[in-house]
This record gives sequence, structure tokens and C-alpha cells, in this order.
Amino acid sequence: MPVSLALLLTAGILIACGVYLVLERTLTRIILGFVLLGNGVNLLFVVSAGRPGLPPFEGSADPEEMTDPLPFAMVLTAIVISLGITAFGMALSYRAWQLFGHDEVPDDVEDRRVLRRRRRRAEDAARLPWSQALSEESRRGALAQSQGFLAPEGEDPLGSDLTSAEDVPQDATEADEGETAAPTRRERTHRREET
Amino acid sequence: MSIELLLALPVMLPLGGAAVTLLLRHHARVQMWLAILTLVAIFSVALVLGYYVTQAGVLVLQIGNWTPQLGIVLVADRLTALMLLVSSFVTLAVLLYSSAQTVSENVERTPVAIYHPTYLALVAGVSMAFLAGDLFNLYVGFEVLLAASYVLLTLGGSASRIRAATTYVIVSLLSSVIFLAAVAAVYTATGTVNLAELAVRLDAIEPGTRMMLELMLLVAFAIKAAIFPLSAWLPDSYPTAPAPVTAVFAGLLTKVGIYAILRLETLLFPASQTSNLLLAAAALSLVIGILGAVAQTDLKRVLSFTLVSHMGYMLFGIGMSTQMGMAAAIYYVAHHITVQATLFLGAGLIEHRGGTTNLIKLGGLQKLAPVIAILFFIPAMNLAGIPPFSGFIGKVGLIEAGISYDRTSGWLLIAASVVTSLLTLYAIAKIWNRAFWQEPSEEIIARDVPTPRAMTAATAGMIAFSLLLTVLAGPLMDYADKAASSVLERTPYVGAVLGDEAAGELRYRIDDQGTKIDGNGQEVQE
Repeated sequence: MPVSLALLLTAGILIACGVYLVLERTLTRIILGFVLLGNGVNLLFVVSAGRPGLPPFEGSADPEEMTDPLPFAMVLTAIVISLGITAFGMALSYRAWQLFGHDEVPDDVEDRRVLRRRRRRAEDAARLPWSQALSEESRRGALAQSQGFLAPEGEDPLGSDLTSAEDVPQDATEADEGETAAPTRRERTHRREET
Repeated sequence: MSIELLLALPVMLPLGGAAVTLLLRHHARVQMWLAILTLVAIFSVALVLGYYVTQAGVLVLQIGNWTPQLGIVLVADRLTALMLLVSSFVTLAVLLYSSAQTVSENVERTPVAIYHPTYLALVAGVSMAFLAGDLFNLYVGFEVLLAASYVLLTLGGSASRIRAATTYVIVSLLSSVIFLAAVAAVYTATGTVNLAELAVRLDAIEPGTRMMLELMLLVAFAIKAAIFPLSAWLPDSYPTAPAPVTAVFAGLLTKVGIYAILRLETLLFPASQTSNLLLAAAALSLVIGILGAVAQTDLKRVLSFTLVSHMGYMLFGIGMSTQMGMAAAIYYVAHHITVQATLFLGAGLIEHRGGTTNLIKLGGLQKLAPVIAILFFIPAMNLAGIPPFSGFIGKVGLIEAGISYDRTSGWLLIAASVVTSLLTLYAIAKIWNRAFWQEPSEEIIARDVPTPRAMTAATAGMIAFSLLLTVLAGPLMDYADKAASSVLERTPYVGAVLGDEAAGELRYRIDDQGTKIDGNGQEVQE
């Protein structure tokens, strides 16, 4: 099957740019990346249709000379689907911007936990010898806590409810910087303007 | 009217229902009853289909009477019929549950107007994925169900849901792009996307190209099925959704991925070289998933991690590709859809009564709400594989298949699945200890909300269904066995879609021992 090099190269470049954008941190760029990726993949379908031929109307020409219409039917479907999904993605990032003042993709919940625990340990270790810091950690058992022997969550980074449906804008990426939630980007720019 | 026309109904009914419920958005009650009626209709269609499939073998519907290579075909064999039956029952029970919940809670916060249409669109996508007779239609089915799931996951647009949905949408989009690229590559290599035609043509193409196509499709499906190492998205996104939505997601969406993998590994690429890869992924999913579950302190997160872990069981059966393994995997899929959805409904009941799913805050529910305790205990024991429940039967089937498979990988997998079963029991015991035993906190005692009867009834109905899977395990295993042998033989499927002549062109089939053999009964060395 003859393959158009120009189409193939264009698809490759689109997909490469798409992958680069998908690896970014903000949702808007990721969505744009998916638009490029989708277009690149759609071009692959055009490549798979083979050599361009006559329009595929029944009886207008010899079927051997016609373009294969099936890949184009599939591309059209794929375009419609990606239109809808892109619209949803844009709405999602707008909502994220409304709620948090940015549309950065949050870190993995477990990663956040591990990081916070490590940070906490490092703080303890500055004050206590390592072994004591560890036993402090292990004594802070969740079972003891549930029976009310220990102070409830809030002090314990592991006990905090990371999946509650409460609408607390807990900022994942920035809360990690300290115990108190860091200001959102919008607040920061406000502050900068004031000073 | 020929019976084949019924095949279109599981897709058409919910789509039509979605359109009508969207138009009736100002009449919440009518909407609800219409959605329930639609699902009842789909359930009865699935029952009829199940009956005819056992009678007539494979049913095929060519939409618009196009030739199967060009047009859209819907195909139902025993496997599809079973999947449709279980999925339509689960979606119906969950809809009843969620209707009771939205009626009981304050309605302003939940945008009821879009819930029912989206839910029906999700059902349409799931049915379409099960029935699709070509790869591109499978892609469209996936997209329909994913688009609906994006909306269901972000219902209400609260901060935590937007956060969870971001990860989910990105990962799902990525898998869709990979899937679409794979479809393009498959079309370039073979000139068709019809599954039956592909089965014939893929046998003939170069091994290197075959492997690449298979791996691309496998990655796309494995992301959807949440197979380790492509599973990290699941525990972060599912638990934030409302309980009934999580129940459907956990029960069905991952199983659609498993179903696609099953078709891929039997119909398109029979007993390929990837079987060891699949077994390794199964073992890792089992062990790492359950270790994750043990470490969690939130009920829904524990359940999400057990979901990731138990996907390994089904992949174990598929990876062996022996008849016993495949039959046990099919039975296990039916069991797992039911039990996992029931557990999430139970978690919803606990959340309704206790106000939280955080295991540290919960406690004493056994005395405060004995009905919820029973409704959680039975599916939990079922999940852990305690006899006589269906989980035990499925696991025994898989382990027996592993023993008769008799290879090192099989024995390793048996060890992994026994350890996982034990650790599941541990994770369940942990939930039980924290949520149902202990002294209840004053908050929980004070929060004495009555549980709506329909929520309890829907959960009880699901439990009854899972008990039915246990009671009817004999006939069901028999059915799964026949489904497995028809899937492994490949000729019934291809013959029904393309005619017996094309089925004769199939080069390979899989025998009962999971070895790939050619037309003369000779084993094929790769």
C-alpha cells in the first residue's frame, strides 16, 4: 500500500506536540494536547485510506479507482466525539479555575500522604533522636485514635480525611508546602499588586 | 419479526430513554419512573436474549443490511448475553437505590435533571461495548460510557469531585487516544475493523506487526480495566463520586475493559505470546492492590483498592486461556460485578447512617444499625471468598484451572491469589472492626437518620442476586464452560458473522489445555 510521507510526518509532529502538552501541569494545556493528539491520530486514519482516488459514489467510477470511504467515516465519528470531550474538558478546567483559582492537576493522593509523612518525620527528627521519632509515629496508631485515646485527626497527617465530599478547597500541590494552606494563585497575584 | 432485532434494544432503549428524560427535565418523578421502566425493559430483553443464545448459539444483527465488513454488526454469544444480563440487573438495582437516595436527601444539591439521562447514556455505552461486533463500534461504545461517566463523576461540581475527575478524565482520554491509534493501525494492517473478519486476517499477517497491534489494544483496555501498573487512577477518582455512581463504575466499567481483553486474547489474538505478560500483570495487580487496600483508612478507598486487586483474578483466568480458566474467569466476572457494586451500595448505606466513610470516625454501627451490618457483612464475606458464597466458587474454579495448567507461572499465580484472598479477609475484618464494632461516637448516635426503605431493599435485592449466583452455581458454571469453549474455538463467532466458509479460513484455535493449534491439530510453536 502506498503511504503519503507528508501525512505521516504531519501526524507524527502533531502527536509529538500533543504528548509534550499532555505532560504539562495545567488542565487547559493538557486538553489542548489531547486536541493535537486526536488530530494526529485522525490523520493516521487518512493515511490508512491509502492512495487518494475518485469520490466514492456508487456507479460514478470503477470501484478500484475510488478512495476507500470507510476510514473517513471513522474519522468523522472520532472528530465528533473529540469535539464533545474537548468541550467537557474546557468546562472542567473552567470550573477548576473558579474553585481553586488555577487549573493545575492535583498530585496523587498517596503521593501527597507519603510526602507529608516524610516531611513530618524530618521535622521530628530535628528535635528527637531517630528511634524516638519512629516510636512516636507508630504510637500514633489509628486504632488508639478511634478509641479516643489520642487527639483526633488534624494533628495526624495520616488520619486526615482525604476523600471526604466536603467542599473544602484543599489545595493538593500547594498545601504540601506547609501546614496552613498556601494562598491560591489569584490571591498571590492580588497581594503582588498591592505591594 | 426476527429475534435478531432484539439485539438493538439494549442500545436503542436507553438512548431513547436518555433523550426523553432530558426533555422531561422539569418532571423529576416522571423522569425517574421512565428511567426505571427503561432498565426493566432492558433486563427483560437480556433475559430473552440469554434464552435464545442457549438455543441458537450466536445471534447476529446487521444494521441496515450492509455486508458485515462494511456496516455495523451487533453480535451476541453466550458471553455477551451473560454480561448483558448481569449488567442490566446491577444498573437497575443501583438506579432504584439512587432514586430512593435523591428522594430522601435534599434535592437542591443534586442536579437530578441530568442524572437520569446521563445514567441511561452510560447504560447504552456499556451495552454497546458488550454487543459491538467491530473494533470501531467498541471504541464508540467506550466513548459513550466514558463521556457519561465524566458527567456522573462531576455531579454537583464540588471541589473534591472536580479534583478527582481531572485525573480520571486525563487518564481515560489517554486510553481512548491509544485505542483510536490502535484502530487506525489495525485498519492499515488488515483493511477491516470487523472482529470476525479481523480474526481471519490477523492470523495471516506478520508476527511483529501482530504483536504491536495486540500490545496497543492491550494497553488501551488495561487502562480501562485498571490492571496494575495502569491502575493508579482508580482509587483516586472513584471514591469521591456519590455511592450509587461509584457502585456502577466499580461494578461495570472495569468489567467492560476485562470483557474487551477477553475478546482480544481469544478472538483476535488466540493464545499469543502475551499470556505470560498477562499472568505477571495479574499477579502484580492481586498482591499490590490488596496491600494498598490494607493500608487505607477510608472505607471507599479500601473497596477501590480491593477492586484493583480482584481484577487480577479475572486476568489470571484469561491469561491461562485454558477452557477451565476461561470458564472460571467468566463466572468470576459475573460474581464480581454483583459483589463489588453491592459493597459500594453498602458503603453508601454506612455513609448515610454514619455521615462519613472515614473508618476512624465510624464505629458501633452493629448495634446502631443491625440491618446495615447484615447488608454489608454478606457481600464482604462473599468478596473475601468465604464458602459457600459465589466468590469462593469462582476462586476455587480459578485455582483448579491453575493446578491443571501446571506451569511455574500458574503455581505462582495460585500462591498470589490465595494470599490475596487472605489479605482481603484481613482488609474486610479491619473495616468490620472499625465501623461496626468499637464504641460509637456521640456524633453518630446523635445522627439518627432513618435509612429509606428502597435503599435497603435495592441492596438486599443485589445480595439476593449474588446468593442466586451461588445457588445456581452448577448450571451457571456449565453455561460459563460452554461460553468459554465457544470463545476459545472461535469458529462459532466467525461462522455466525461471516458464514462457515470464512470460519474455515481461520488458521488457529485454542484447545482445552490453552495451547494454540492449527487446522491439522498440530501445536503451533511461536
